[in-house]
Amino acid sequence: MSAASPGARIADWDQDGLDTDEMIVNMGPQHPATHGVLRLELRTDGEIVRRARPHIGYLHRCFEKHAENVDYPGVLPYADRMDYVASMGNTLGFALTVEKLMGIEVSPYLQTIRVLMAELQRIASHCVAVGTYTMDIGAFTPFLHLLRDREKILDLFEWTCGARLLYNYNWVGGVSHDVPDGFVRAARDFLREFDSVTFPELLDLIIHNRIFVKRIADVGVCSPELAISHDLTGPNLRGSGVARDLRKDFPYSGYESYDFEVCVGKGQYGPKGSCFDRNWVRVAEMRESSKIIHQALDRLEKLEKTDVHEKVPKRVKPPKGEIYFRSEAPRGQLGYYLVSDGNVNPYRVKVKSPCFTAMSVFHHLAKGMMIADVIALVGSLDIVLGEIDR
Amino acid sequence: MSLPEPVRGLIHNRFEDGVIVTSADQLINWSRKNSIWFMTFGLACCAIEMMATGASRYDLDRFGIMPRGTPRQSDLMIVAGTVTLKMATRVKRLYEQMPEPKYVVSMGSCANNGGPYWRHGYHVLKGVDEVVPVDVYVPGCPPRPEALLYGLLKLQEKIQEDRVLRKRGLTVGSLAGATLDGATDVALASGKK
Amino acid sequence: MDPRAIHAALGARFGERILGAALDAGSPFATLATDAIAEVAAFCKADPALAFDNLMCLSAVDYPKETPPRMEVVYHLFSYRHLHTFALKVQVPRENPAVPTVEGVWGVANWHEREAWDLFGIVFTGHSDMRRILLPDDWEGHPLRKDWQDPEYYNGLHVKPTPQMMERVLSGETLGVGPFDFTPENRHLEQP
Repeated sequence: MSAASPGARIADWDQDGLDTDEMIVNMGPQHPATHGVLRLELRTDGEIVRRARPHIGYLHRCFEKHAENVDYPGVLPYADRMDYVASMGNTLGFALTVEKLMGIEVSPYLQTIRVLMAELQRIASHCVAVGTYTMDIGAFTPFLHLLRDREKILDLFEWTCGARLLYNYNWVGGVSHDVPDGFVRAARDFLREFDSVTFPELLDLIIHNRIFVKRIADVGVCSPELAISHDLTGPNLRGSGVARDLRKDFPYSGYESYDFEVCVGKGQYGPKGSCFDRNWVRVAEMRESSKIIHQALDRLEKLEKTDVHEKVPKRVKPPKGEIYFRSEAPRGQLGYYLVSDGNVNPYRVKVKSPCFTAMSVFHHLAKGMMIADVIALVGSLDIVLGEIDR
Repeated sequence: MSLPEPVRGLIHNRFEDGVIVTSADQLINWSRKNSIWFMTFGLACCAIEMMATGASRYDLDRFGIMPRGTPRQSDLMIVAGTVTLKMATRVKRLYEQMPEPKYVVSMGSCANNGGPYWRHGYHVLKGVDEVVPVDVYVPGCPPRPEALLYGLLKLQEKIQEDRVLRKRGLTVGSLAGATLDGATDVALASGKK
Repeated sequence: MDPRAIHAALGARFGERILGAALDAGSPFATLATDAIAEVAAFCKADPALAFDNLMCLSAVDYPKETPPRMEVVYHLFSYRHLHTFALKVQVPRENPAVPTVEGVWGVANWHEREAWDLFGIVFTGHSDMRRILLPDDWEGHPLRKDWQDPEYYNGLHVKPTPQMMERVLSGETLGVGPFDFTPENRHLEQP
């Protein structure tokens, strides 16, 4: 700082006299709003971010090494713990990959159960995503409301398989527990309340709330070309206007027979591809998931029950070969590249996690934002560090 | 270079056991245990269960337990989730930034001893007690919110036995304060002396 | 386009640099000469019939026991315009593996290649930022190689399972088998 003469006033200092410097601010790895152990190194000029560099790896738990050392059913609990907010999707993806390699086809009843659980998990995961996002923006109450509704879904899961968060539910060739008697009625009760109370309340209180909109509608605009080049998938991609959903394009587990729409960001309150659009896709997907669950519950009652373990092999030993299979997890396309050499342990399991690729676009979007908007951007990409770091 | 002596107040650990001092200690400990502010140190899946414990169904606020984002204003650090080797130095640094008396609850099997990643996890710290002293271990993968609440209630019992005015002696309260004559405390507690 | 047509298009353009293909595999792939990957990638993206504008996944696999011992880098491609997928494979030796980078073609390759370097040690020549991404910067070695041995310590912290647990495993005890007694100790609440 240049020395000011005694008696000088602030208005006398001109811009050249003040030494400004870029500041390197560290957000994380322990931070209430980074959704896990993410470290963001921001180079800021005052409040404006010139460069943002994410540092990951603080939760690298060596999933791929474990997958090479345990057998195929043993990989499933580790797969659960990658995206721990939406673990039905992880095990579904891995089970489908191995089943495709082995050529196992499960019965329609099992497919319906899998779709039902996956869509319930999608609603629960989006509750966490939207709830924590609003908490990051500053509104604490929606977090409590959405988590209360998520607890009802977790009650259903606990009733079925005994676990609240990490279920190890989708096995290779089946599922671990059949739905209990009365499940359909309890699920319908939950959906009735969700459709009539929770979802409209969510829209009125939060999504169309003027403060929420003003905060995030012009922030973090991602063009479709950037999104595709950086492999943004799922709600992040659909928020930029690209209407691609794996459940429609490359359906698995019977999704082709369900009637639902692909939700796309429309740029209602600002440019298309902003944080609001990504968030809006998640909210709209909750409604579409509710539709799918209604159809799945109807089918569950009509289909004949099959034993959920009938196609589960005694020893999972896929033939030698490799396969890449993708499924639509709540956070995007979860891809498993499985190389098998005919043994009981996989030879190589590589996971393409949607949040990993979503973070790769981060430093392009964060240039020129203010620090508060960086938090809005991180929340809108809906990252879970367990999946990024595996 | 040895660590500097911790600064002790005028009445801290000064008095022999007595009726007035013990009652005062009980009052102080009662007020401390009913207002534990914890630093949210959610790392992995257990963080979601910790959030669920603090949310509306398994409310933590009714026990006076409140989440704080910063270590400077918290009494408790709940290490919820897997600690990796990259993160271990940060855990230690944040623990050192907390003011005394401070407690650590290790939540989940990953924080207890490495959890399901103990065998082939080359980057997983086998238990957070390699870097910070732990008061309560809560097992589970992830522990149910009720299990975490039980662990926190156990911690409250531990705080109730703490010696604030009285001299350190038969029970070891906060492990952080056990720097003064720690060996004597542990020996007395296990009845060897 | 089906995999045969894609393979034919690549062969027509690059001739001998396409070394082989397995079009009936679970995910059809073509093996390339290692130095050709950057050009093939650019062609795959730019050609209107192929239009592979998305790199789904970039994986590295270690094959120490094959003949010859090698590492492979597998690129899974997807086209949003035509909705078809294909995979490209590149083989590198296990000592000093080096592959040209494709980060100019697909932006996401930046992070995928950093991860392959971090966990396997494959250098991507021409990469703008070749440094570790998941492991700490002062980590030594590349853990996902098949010949990885856990070191004893990393900066004073145990890396291998704690000695006590390994002793119990090596002595034949099966860990995690019940019955367990979960009755909690409630000595403070016990009534006299």
